[in-house]
Amino acid sequence: MRTIRLGVSSLLLHKLRSALTTLGVLFGTSSVIAMLAIGEGASEKAQAEIRQLGSQNVILRSVKPREDFASNQQTRVNSYGLTNADYARVAATFPGVGRVVPVREIYEEVRRGARAMNPRVLATEPIYREVTGRKVMEGRFLTDQDERAVANVCVLSDEVAHYMFPIEAPLGHTIKIGGDYYTVVGTLMPRTRQRSDAPAAGEQTQAEVFIPLQTGRKWYGNLQVKMRAGSRDMEEVELHEIVIEVENAAEVPTVAAAAREMLGRYHETQKDYEVVVPLEQLLLAEKTKRIFNLVLGSIASISLLVGGIGIMNVMLATVTERTREIGIRRALGAKRRHIVTQFLVETVVLSVGGGLLGVALGLVVPLIVEHFADMPTVITPTAPVLAFLISAGVGVIFGLYPAWRAANMDPVEALRHE
Amino acid sequence: MSLSQAGEIVAELENVSRVYRMGSANVRALDDFSFAFRRGEFWAVMGSSGSGKSTLLNVLGCLDRPSSGQYRVRGTPTSDLDDDELSDLRSRELGFVFQSYNLIPQLDVLENILVPLFYQDDPPADGEARARRLAERVGLADRLHHRPTELSGGQQQRVAIARALVNDPALILADEATGNLDTQTSLEILKLFDELHAEGKTIVLVTHEPDIAARAERVLRLRDGRLEGVVENRLVAP
Repeated sequence: MRTIRLGVSSLLLHKLRSALTTLGVLFGTSSVIAMLAIGEGASEKAQAEIRQLGSQNVILRSVKPREDFASNQQTRVNSYGLTNADYARVAATFPGVGRVVPVREIYEEVRRGARAMNPRVLATEPIYREVTGRKVMEGRFLTDQDERAVANVCVLSDEVAHYMFPIEAPLGHTIKIGGDYYTVVGTLMPRTRQRSDAPAAGEQTQAEVFIPLQTGRKWYGNLQVKMRAGSRDMEEVELHEIVIEVENAAEVPTVAAAAREMLGRYHETQKDYEVVVPLEQLLLAEKTKRIFNLVLGSIASISLLVGGIGIMNVMLATVTERTREIGIRRALGAKRRHIVTQFLVETVVLSVGGGLLGVALGLVVPLIVEHFADMPTVITPTAPVLAFLISAGVGVIFGLYPAWRAANMDPVEALRHE
Repeated sequence: MSLSQAGEIVAELENVSRVYRMGSANVRALDDFSFAFRRGEFWAVMGSSGSGKSTLLNVLGCLDRPSSGQYRVRGTPTSDLDDDELSDLRSRELGFVFQSYNLIPQLDVLENILVPLFYQDDPPADGEARARRLAERVGLADRLHHRPTELSGGQQQRVAIARALVNDPALILADEATGNLDTQTSLEILKLFDELHAEGKTIVLVTHEPDIAARAERVLRLRDGRLEGVVENRLVAP
């Protein structure tokens, strides 16, 4: 106790120097915590986005094959993608499969009066909502009744509802999709957070309009025209997406493998589909997270190391400067270990002080980052503890050599030192 | 003041040599030197620079080891003591007073006086009371919590003397203790040494000033690391 008080009073003798030395450890510690918090936050975000796709789902998607032949024609028809036959096969033959949802995408503009936008217009079945875990905000989702009646009804995602109906409630109003009018029967809650910047495979546009699958088939057919600058693209796609819900998460890899194999057999000519497995992405994201944390952690640890070297530097200078004091103490009966303890205590006080302040700063920085940079951050309870212990350890390790040097001075020489 | 009668030997040098290497040459700072200091004696050690005064003081203070020969403190041979045991010996048996006071700047007067006890393996319980008494004894009772920088040179040297007494040492070693002080203050410090001597303390005072040496009971003259002679002062303190 006394030794600590003594150490503190020696440090207070050089307030500015001690403060500056502490800064090194302070920034080191806080950057370790902040880096880990940002890393953790980023990976949680990625994982949340993948979970949105449904970790128990396997998604089959139509992909336009690469145009490897000369495409100087102005108009041509591209026929590709998943077929209704694929859907039937998946629904009929897969083991462990719960529900299978077919999705068609319709490339039409959505209008209401002067307002127009280009959301994803999806023609699908009522169970789509349950399988993808979307929630209804107002009204209802599509029903089997709508399917049977081939009704002109639609459900809007939050973004579309807001844009199309800035003032009034959307329910009961009509919007125009392409050339037809649809009655709005429901709106959906926004997804958990933020626009997606996850890897392309999971990419989803938030603005969505849902119509019954049969309605979509009836009015738009399989052949769709996409207008592009200077050219028209004709596409013939039966189904854009098939969402397979697997009842038991353990069977996701089996189902994914089976789907790949089956599609491979029926789509030999061109690779016009992809199989997206959110669970696989989740596992990959876990792995990425570990690497990410490791990299960020090491960068931060380097700054902590630099802080430690700073401490050692100052302590070496201090030892030289206080050579005479060491000589006096030795003459008055101090043993080597007393001198070691004295200087070690000083370094540890410096580094622990810096560490504590660093933990405080490290807890604040993520909040600032979250507020201004709109990045989610997560502070795991272990991070501050870990950072603090490392900073204290840095003090001991980098204090040992200066303390050892001090203790091994010749008392006679030390006393003679000016 | 009469010569003190022969007491117990507190520090004894037996054929002590201390050889330094200076480049290729060996310098014998102490050359086969034998001497004994007895309890209650007040010695001044004199000699020109290079005569071996400082080396003698360092050996007596267990800060330096003889190259050959034996040094005993209260009968304990020091040659086979390790660094820790020598430190322990210093903290129990020796008191130092230096030319430049050598107080520890970050400690106040009381704490400075207590330093030797702090390093004892088994410090006395009444350490602080003892330090307060000594501070009073050297006339600094009202300065207990001042820092060394707030004291005059004479006051600092008084603190140093109190510090040298706190462990009730067998031997007090003073190295040019008045060298940095003006005449008036020097006299005050010397008076303090006289008093300590009168109380029966054993003191070895290294100096190169004959005036100062004249205050001691006996003077030991060194030349080239050898004993040149011993002078018994008949002068009595004024």
